[in-house]
Amino acid sequence: MPKARVLIRPKEGILDPQGKAVERALPALGFEGVGHVRVGRMVELEAEDPERLGELCEKLLANPLIEDYEIQPL
Amino acid sequence: MIWGVLQFPGSCDERDALNACEVVGDEARLIWHEDRTLGGGVDGVVVPGGFSYGDYLRAGAIARFSPAMEAVAKLAAAGGPVLGICNGFQVLCEAGLLPGALLRNQELRFVCKQADLLQVDGPKTPDIEHFSAHQHRLSIPIKHGEGRYYAPEEMLDELEAKGQVAYRYADGHNVNGSVRDIAGVRNERGNVVGLMPHPEHAVDPLTGSTDGRKVFEALERFAS
Repeated sequence: MPKARVLIRPKEGILDPQGKAVERALPALGFEGVGHVRVGRMVELEAEDPERLGELCEKLLANPLIEDYEIQPL
Repeated sequence: MIWGVLQFPGSCDERDALNACEVVGDEARLIWHEDRTLGGGVDGVVVPGGFSYGDYLRAGAIARFSPAMEAVAKLAAAGGPVLGICNGFQVLCEAGLLPGALLRNQELRFVCKQADLLQVDGPKTPDIEHFSAHQHRLSIPIKHGEGRYYAPEEMLDELEAKGQVAYRYADGHNVNGSVRDIAGVRNERGNVVGLMPHPEHAVDPLTGSTDGRKVFEALERFAS
């Protein structure tokens, strides 16, 4: 079955406290100069009909009100 | 009035919700998430708090597809009262029965404390007509990690214009970073209401406040 990877990330402009927390922790570990960290989700799956992945993302994997998604065929 | 209280795997507040419904209503019964109908005589439904289906993927994302939720959607479409509390609020938003979404708390901490809420007046406020003379201040506990209400600006303007903001955190009580201090919203018709705070934990003087009854009673009046 065709494999795909779905990347889901918070929409631009929506506060991402997880990203902020990661960003704040980095300087203490010696990683300077890292900014705009955004934390999202990655889903790997196999689908008989990759054409339907968009619908699947809209209905379940992502909440289109708050998240953007990107489907990458593998 | 007969209340039904949904029970998902991972629900944890259904017993308190059942008790609250018995305090304010005539009768209350549990409805298992796999049930396709609400059972005869059920006038209104509470979607309770907890962690339905482990909150996998996103809070409420899986629960919205349960058979019982289809029955709830039918009741809502017929104008029956539906109250979503905490995780139940998240479920109703995911199901599209209420506008907006709930995000991780701004400070990333699970918050558990007593908070002051305002029952908000609006042009269409059948569920709070009793309080329409003034904004009623309620003391109700909150306990959640993903309670930051969010909707895009234009949607928020529309909600405010239509009187769909049902509850706001009082000054200094917005602990999760919700936009415009919104703690709860209602649908356009006013029969579906969701809020993050827990009115079902505030119905007995033993726990410090009985203000939670007012949230249930408001919806009961709407149904009658």
